Amino acid sequence: MVDHILSILIFFPALAAVFGFMVQKEGIRAYGVAVATIEFALSLWLWFAFDGNVSGMQFMEHLPLVPSFGINYILGVDGISLFIIILAAFFTMIGIASLTDTPNVKNMIITLLFLQMTMVGVFVALDAIVFYVFWELSLVPMLYIIGAWGGPLRIYASVKFFLYTFAGSLVMLVGMLFMAYFYYQATGQWSFAILDWYRLILPESFQLWLFIAFFFGFAIKVPMFPFHTWLPYAHGQAPTIGSVILAAILLKMGTYAFIRFSLPLFPDASVYFMFPIAILAIIMIIYTAMVAYAQKDIKQVVAYSSVSHMGVIILGTFALNVEGISGSIFLMIAHGVVSGALFLLVGVIYDRRHTKMMDQFGGLAHVMPRYATIFGLMMMASVGMPLTINFVGEFLSLLGFYQQSHTLTLLAGIAIIVGAIYMLAAYKKMFFGEVTIEENRNLPDVNKRELVALIPLAIITVWLGVYPKPVLEPISNSVESIVQLMHDKSITQEAKDRIPNLVKGIEITKTSAGEAH
Amino acid sequence: MLEPVNVSLESLNLMTLAPMLLPIIGALLILVIDIIKGGLDKTVYVAIALLFLIMDFGTLLNSAGIFLQDGTVMGVFDVMLIDGLAILSQFIIVGASMLFIPLSLTHKRFHEFSYPEFFALFLFMIGGFQFMVATDNLILVFVGLETASLALYTLIAMHNRDKSFEAAVKYFTMGALAAGFFSFGSMVFYALTGSIEINQIATVLAANGYVDIGFVLIGTTFLLASLGFKLSLVPFHTWAPDVYEGSSAAMAGYMSIVPKIAAFIVAMRLFEFLIHSGVIWLEIVLYIFVVVTMTAANIWALVQTDVKRMLAYSSVSHAGFVMAAILIGTTQSNSALFLYWILFSFTNLGSFSMLWISRQKHLPDHQLSDHSYDKFAGMIKTAPVAATIMGLFMLSLAGLPPFALFWGKLYMISSAVTGGYTVLALIMALNSAVAGYYYLKLIVYMFMKEPVVGNDGHMYVSNATLGLKTIIGFAAVGTIFAIVAIDPLLEFITAFVYNSGY
Repeated sequence: MVDHILSILIFFPALAAVFGFMVQKEGIRAYGVAVATIEFALSLWLWFAFDGNVSGMQFMEHLPLVPSFGINYILGVDGISLFIIILAAFFTMIGIASLTDTPNVKNMIITLLFLQMTMVGVFVALDAIVFYVFWELSLVPMLYIIGAWGGPLRIYASVKFFLYTFAGSLVMLVGMLFMAYFYYQATGQWSFAILDWYRLILPESFQLWLFIAFFFGFAIKVPMFPFHTWLPYAHGQAPTIGSVILAAILLKMGTYAFIRFSLPLFPDASVYFMFPIAILAIIMIIYTAMVAYAQKDIKQVVAYSSVSHMGVIILGTFALNVEGISGSIFLMIAHGVVSGALFLLVGVIYDRRHTKMMDQFGGLAHVMPRYATIFGLMMMASVGMPLTINFVGEFLSLLGFYQQSHTLTLLAGIAIIVGAIYMLAAYKKMFFGEVTIEENRNLPDVNKRELVALIPLAIITVWLGVYPKPVLEPISNSVESIVQLMHDKSITQEAKDRIPNLVKGIEITKTSAGEAH
Repeated sequence: MLEPVNVSLESLNLMTLAPMLLPIIGALLILVIDIIKGGLDKTVYVAIALLFLIMDFGTLLNSAGIFLQDGTVMGVFDVMLIDGLAILSQFIIVGASMLFIPLSLTHKRFHEFSYPEFFALFLFMIGGFQFMVATDNLILVFVGLETASLALYTLIAMHNRDKSFEAAVKYFTMGALAAGFFSFGSMVFYALTGSIEINQIATVLAANGYVDIGFVLIGTTFLLASLGFKLSLVPFHTWAPDVYEGSSAAMAGYMSIVPKIAAFIVAMRLFEFLIHSGVIWLEIVLYIFVVVTMTAANIWALVQTDVKRMLAYSSVSHAGFVMAAILIGTTQSNSALFLYWILFSFTNLGSFSMLWISRQKHLPDHQLSDHSYDKFAGMIKTAPVAATIMGLFMLSLAGLPPFALFWGKLYMISSAVTGGYTVLALIMALNSAVAGYYYLKLIVYMFMKEPVVGNDGHMYVSNATLGLKTIIGFAAVGTIFAIVAIDPLLEFITAFVYNSGY
């Protein structure tokens, strides 16, 4: 069974969702929680069975789909994807468990289970077309969640979300077809398998064009400045559960894809575009931080701060060394935990007051002490306080990029301080001072259902902040092999200089290719 | 004194005619039955038509087996040409017709199905299209085209609504113009080469090195315009939305598939040799046609307020997309054309059938047209299963994986990439993104808006019977599980296309 655990992880929620149609409306929440818990337990089992010392792919599955055109159902997991999968299972579980009273709750839970299938699928797919299938399919449940349960502008927001991502990914699809064609020209066989593509060394000019094609798909998903405009709308209109999943998992697809596709496939192009992308990332960090400071709506503050932190992830990824990339992967998980928790917290107050405007609050620390404590912890984590989960990721990302450019790293560091300002300002406005509005005097503190979701997140935030090793070690093992692969594959001298040589042999292609065939 | 002509019956190879003659015999049988005993129920004719179509399909399987063994077969004074293209396209024609004919088993009574002539004409039309694709003789192409078109005009008019007459007359006028263009273009080629067979024309033109390139271009222009009308390429598309709107939804869905595949085959036979022999002008013009048809039709579809008209423009856009295969002209692109069209016929016939089962005889006050977007508002609340199936077809048409049409799009764009048409590949991809918007619009109406007051959801399936539901279920299953069929389909198609020399 453990050999097929990845397929089970993908299709168990989908199958459960199909059966969900026949479950009675009253029982659907219990059913959803049960299914999501089993899925989470399976993902923990995956972690348990996972060998952290192996840098290559594990639990590989291989099944031909369209062999004449090189499309195969290939799955595998390594240190890079493992924790994002666990995170996805975890957030679906607490998302369903803490789901507040929604109309059509049955449709919502079935949609969430389908969404979970696509999320896991994206992170375990090792065939470009299978990856693309799940990548695109993930848009549909999210479209429905935003469009059916969102705020007043929900239709505009959901359609914008869908079309932006759809357009970007179609450009990426053309890039994938080119990649497969180049592989065909080189070997006489069609293949969309990523591990096959890893072995293909392309001339620099081809790399540049393909990098741009893939960049469109990924950058819109992340979303990178200037493609970020869909995200504030999506977050602003989405229901709490939609924002949580979107921020915690769906955005990570973009940054994950950069590490899985762009870096190892196009090492020279990655070096070529390192500084332009780093500058975009720094603009993204500073600009969205400033925009966040100007917001009156607490959810928009969290949304823009989420974009801002995605900038740090991109910066770490394009440091192109082990520290930077490991840091950015760790930050993906940290960002998922923290911004997911922040969106949940905003949802808590929205359920009570049906407003997200910060000037409607003030002095909440007196009324809801437990809420204020958890919010305060998450806020501190979000600004990157040492001993919280975000700090580890941010520090490593910046440390990584410091080796490439001192000035840009300094700029990014300053931007993180700006981040502290707006978060602290928002916290001050909401929680400190006197209670000025009468309605706020008798707000109930967080209830049990909300604590079920918030307490585990708070524990993770501190635990991984103090002792990140169990997560960080498998990540950096896999990252090392990616960096080595990039170094060996790169053609230009600049790329050879920028990407460190770790001299560990090209383990990833050897072991994984061995398993694939 | 003329010598007596001696032709042995075996050299005529009359079996090549079997697939085309079967529907014609069926049509005549229906007419005979009507004379002997009139006033029979439509189910009798549906059953007979289905039987003959199944037999037709069987003979096609037989020809496919012969083709795989002996290659291309000629027959009847070498007029009939049974190559891979002919067999594949006949599979599509007959297959789509088998899916269409049970759609006449509606719950409500419609005028046209009470006439046995409807079914007879329908079978004649199929025979016509089969002749059209199974020859490279321009005269037989013309005869097949006209037989089929004249039957089709009548079928549209038999729907017996104001707009149906308008549609039929409009289609007839445009069709007559196209027929004129076709005969004129063929005449130019005959004058140039003394032959009306496409392969002969190609040989003669190649032998004299295209000295009369000016006349070749004139002939090509006329043939291009004529086929452009049939394929509804922009700017020859103006009839399409009105005709689709005027005919019944089922007929509109049928028209978006079968006449076009027949025209694609003729275009493939004609234009590919011209492009490959270096008629640069044709390549440029086709490039423009493809890009403009895809893009302009997409933009028009964006602003439609009626779902049927939107689907009409979307069909125009899909035709432009597939026309790219003929422009690219590699084995992969020609295989992609067939793969795309098979998957498209499932999806598109499915979505038109969904409109067909919600056909209203009398419009409520708030609706301006039968299939306005408003009609589908909040469908998920009142008719969840129907809404989900309709949403599925829309996602498939938009090219969302893993549904049927995505694989067609994937292979088609890939053939553009391998054929060296990088820019075209990007345009095709971006057009798919634009098209996403109008398919999404219907999904937004169905899933995210509130239903109109007083709508109990019955009207979405008011026209449904078991037969119609079976067809829709068939199309839906085909759309979802297409991935299983892609590999065998692709190998089958590629073998046929490759062995026909395309």
